[in-house]
Amino acid sequence: MNTVTDPSEPPTGDGGGRGQRSTARVEDPALLCGRGRFLDDLDPLPGTLTAAIVRSPHPHARLRSVHLERARAHPGVAAVIGPEEVTAALHPFPLSLKTPMPYYPTATDKTRFVGEPVAVVVASDRYVAEDAAELVEVDYEPLPAVVDTDKALDPGAPKLHEQAEGNVATDRTFHFGPVDETFDRADRVVTAEYEFPRYSSTPMECYSVVAEWHDEVDGPAITAWANFHGPFSMVPVLAGALGVPTSRVRLHVPADNGGSFGIKAGIYPYVALLALASRHAGRPVRWTEDRIEHLLASSAGSDRSMRFEAAVSDDGRIEALRADLVDNVGAYLRPPEPSTLYRCFGNITGAYRIGAVQIRSRAVVSNKTPTGLNRGFGGQQLYFGLERLIDTIAHARGIDAAELRRRNFVQADEFPYSTPTGGIYDSGDYPQAFEKVLENADYTALRQRQREARERGEYFGIGMASVVDPSATNIGYVGLATPAENRPPGRGKSGSTEHVRVSVDLNGVVSVLLGTVPQGQGHATVAQQIVAEQLGLQRDQVRPVVEMDTATTPWTVSSGSYSSRFAPLLTSALVEAAERLAVTVRLAGATMLDADPEELELADGRVRVRDDPERAVAFRHAAGLVHWDPGSLPEGASARLYEEAAFTPPESKAANQNDQINSSLCYGFVAELVVCRIEPDTREITLEHVSTVHDPGTILNETLLEGQIHGALAHAIGGALYEEMRYSESGQPTSATFMDYLCPTAAETTYALDSDHVQTPSPVTRLGAKGSGEGSSMSLPVAIANAVSDALAPHGIEITSLPLHGNVIHQLLTEEIPATEGIH
Amino acid sequence: MKAAPFAYVRPTRLEDAVNELAGSDGGGKVLAGGQSLVPVLAMRLARPEKLVDITTVEGLDQLRSTGDSLEVAAMVRQRRVEHDRATDSVPLLRMALPWVGHRELRSRGTVCGSLAHADPAAEIPAVAACLNARITLTSPRGTRQVPAREFFTGAMTTALGSEDILTAIRFPVATDGEGFGFAEIARRHGDFALAGVAVRVAVSGERVREATLTAFGVSDRPVTRDVSTELASAVSASGQDGVRLAARLPEPLADIAQGMVDTDGDAHGSRDYRRRLFVTLSGRELAKAHDRALRGINGDNP
Repeated sequence: MNTVTDPSEPPTGDGGGRGQRSTARVEDPALLCGRGRFLDDLDPLPGTLTAAIVRSPHPHARLRSVHLERARAHPGVAAVIGPEEVTAALHPFPLSLKTPMPYYPTATDKTRFVGEPVAVVVASDRYVAEDAAELVEVDYEPLPAVVDTDKALDPGAPKLHEQAEGNVATDRTFHFGPVDETFDRADRVVTAEYEFPRYSSTPMECYSVVAEWHDEVDGPAITAWANFHGPFSMVPVLAGALGVPTSRVRLHVPADNGGSFGIKAGIYPYVALLALASRHAGRPVRWTEDRIEHLLASSAGSDRSMRFEAAVSDDGRIEALRADLVDNVGAYLRPPEPSTLYRCFGNITGAYRIGAVQIRSRAVVSNKTPTGLNRGFGGQQLYFGLERLIDTIAHARGIDAAELRRRNFVQADEFPYSTPTGGIYDSGDYPQAFEKVLENADYTALRQRQREARERGEYFGIGMASVVDPSATNIGYVGLATPAENRPPGRGKSGSTEHVRVSVDLNGVVSVLLGTVPQGQGHATVAQQIVAEQLGLQRDQVRPVVEMDTATTPWTVSSGSYSSRFAPLLTSALVEAAERLAVTVRLAGATMLDADPEELELADGRVRVRDDPERAVAFRHAAGLVHWDPGSLPEGASARLYEEAAFTPPESKAANQNDQINSSLCYGFVAELVVCRIEPDTREITLEHVSTVHDPGTILNETLLEGQIHGALAHAIGGALYEEMRYSESGQPTSATFMDYLCPTAAETTYALDSDHVQTPSPVTRLGAKGSGEGSSMSLPVAIANAVSDALAPHGIEITSLPLHGNVIHQLLTEEIPATEGIH
Repeated sequence: MKAAPFAYVRPTRLEDAVNELAGSDGGGKVLAGGQSLVPVLAMRLARPEKLVDITTVEGLDQLRSTGDSLEVAAMVRQRRVEHDRATDSVPLLRMALPWVGHRELRSRGTVCGSLAHADPAAEIPAVAACLNARITLTSPRGTRQVPAREFFTGAMTTALGSEDILTAIRFPVATDGEGFGFAEIARRHGDFALAGVAVRVAVSGERVREATLTAFGVSDRPVTRDVSTELASAVSASGQDGVRLAARLPEPLADIAQGMVDTDGDAHGSRDYRRRLFVTLSGRELAKAHDRALRGINGDNP
């Protein structure tokens, strides 16, 4: 590792210097000592009962009848609800589109995927609930199922939603720039088709909900605890199903959340379902998802079929691009889908200067589990196509893959760079970062080693990826799924605001209330560090409190922990709030020092005169004065030592009438290079080396950045080499346990890695920081595919899908190599 | 993932355990390490009426050498066998144990439990079959011994009757002139094998006396073949050169693979891929075992 600092180093405590930026996490002692408090450790509502969920064993079946009587009569059962209770009390969840594909938290007329909830049993404990769940009698009429994307597109395919025209939930085509003209006069057109698989992130803690329904005089109100982390745009979706305004849903999120990586965004339908179960039980209800339920029916990134065409000049410049993207979103268009298609809209041309783009974006429903957020959201799918395409073009033009990238990069002096689709790349130096990864990996020597290895008949591959890493989503991109003429003026969507509250107590201790609902990222550590730096305090004088209670914590529709929002947005809000607090503290200090507040600065835990630092009072004394003796403040001054800030970047605007949108606030960069070998006999793939260079803008905390990079790389290795949510043709999941759904473990994620950085600070965030938790989740899957493809290139084999492992390589090589060559 | 209701007994004498099981009219199940049974119960894939927990039965925790064999009783955990010096006498078992699941699983899992569970891709049943170890079954009618090669009758199916408790296994102790090999390929470390082999080679002087090859993960049970002829002719053709021997073996093994590897395959490994792995691994391990037999060394895999 080039830049990792030993996390065991003691903090230097210099009150704001760089020494704080590689400290151990304040979250860790409790977690490491087993004192984490996850929702299953909490008992927030006395008298809570336990639920078990009856799920469909059929991928597609009509519900002839659902009989709940026997289950209701089982000893220990408080309530059993099914489709009848659900449709009587709930509305379908409001979708992002008008497509008539009604989505409820249970099946109502039909079941559309294996694992879809059909009924809920509430009982004294989970054992009794599962016993009674077996007594729910469902008469299913099985229907033909469809899981394959291409087959689901076929007009003759089994139709999932009767009211809809077919299985295509959305189909939009966008043109930016002179696409057809450029293709018509292109020197060369390169075409390629790819399939990206469906996989998850398998958080250690599964979904967990405690919910209570109150019927109040003026309507129902819901109190719920859930390990939900956003996007909080799902709160109005939840409230919509319950038929109440968002303020009547009080949602608490525990401070400790055992990972999500986006997957837990899919929990909100269960909050509605368990709230309704509580209404029938007359008691609060708890449901803890088990691993079988999680793998069967929670969420995953969408699988995508894609076709790309590139208009390429003789010297390898990509002049125009056509992309045809089809996301298989599973049985329902569960919000926030179809956002996988649009999250990367503004950066769909990646790191390259491509002037004209045509995009066809389709989402198709099928008899699989609904999809949603998964670390890298939309990026791993997009870049698998785009970065494989770059290598395909390089191969077709006989240009080295690194050289082809160089010729197409947006250059350092072009920032802010406007993409044809509306993205405004805030900062970057792609050539610098890319050359750094080549240099760190010793690219020239690697190619030499490859030539030698090939002479010995070995499989040796070098693959790279260079991707733009978007962060701080502008929720306005959701609007793109609706044609511009149907987007009413004055009802636009935009924004990526982030809210925070900071206060100072009577002892001068600063509390930071974090409503960012982290899932283990270390938000508290960085928030503490930044507020300490801003106010010139020791870290231990700042107390971060992680709490989300939608009734008391500042939040809005764009809140939540997703799209790497913390580093660019929350830290900006912290700076704003701290600046306002500093004004009040300086005013108190000025009173005590009989000085002009403008002369004062906060440093070393003191308020001091900038030009005469010996003239100073302690921060805590100044703060104490505001609390104890506000009468001494100048007339008209406010004795306010709490500040809320809502960082509101003006760059996040709604989509314009030409369908352009700046879909994220910030755009970082990742350059990655992978060296792999394929064992000739067993055909197993080994990662020999991974080099990665990230540009996250200003680095806030190197330890946490490295942690994010390691995690994203491990996630990507899962998707590239091990994990896939597979279904049989008849619609049965065939990877529904950890015996078949293979997550990489420590043994599979131990490989030679060098990680390095460049920093081009963002001009649109207060500290210059960008998000960086997802970059390698987007880049490494395709870098591995490019490396494996490169290893097999002498045999004329191209990789067009994932995951890759011995069995896949065997199949590819067996098709290519005559049997006589057989075994080495 | 909560088990259906069941009765639970934890006797301390073998006689009581046997009677409890026999008294359950086929509805009983023996619980030892629980590493396979407990998840199956939690998923309600098995619904025994009664669990007979044998963890406290006197005498079932014995691990001992009895001259020509190593006896492992029903409650001996895999990790204990892995680390006990007594296991030195059965080198093949020592080679195989690190491949069984993960350390955490081996700390709880038992050798005999793995045999009774009889997963076709498991390591310990393959070792037992390769050495044709003797398995002791105890029922109300007394004890009987079943050779391991007759014990496994199909996928997760064995010669155990509904009243039998698998109380011990006796592995034959290695003798001079024997060499062993063990290897497997799995998608991840600790997973059940896509294909694996356990190998025993016996030589007299430089002559191959006996060669036994057991494959696992490739059929509905561990499959054992006598490959003395194939090894002997490959040895004579390669003139005792290990590298040339390893290069010669794949050809005859490819023919053997057609018969031994008959699984339908899945997304992790097709039948054809598993045949390739089988040929690769058995060629390598036969060559190694032969070399070890000649040199009288059976340490860890070099």
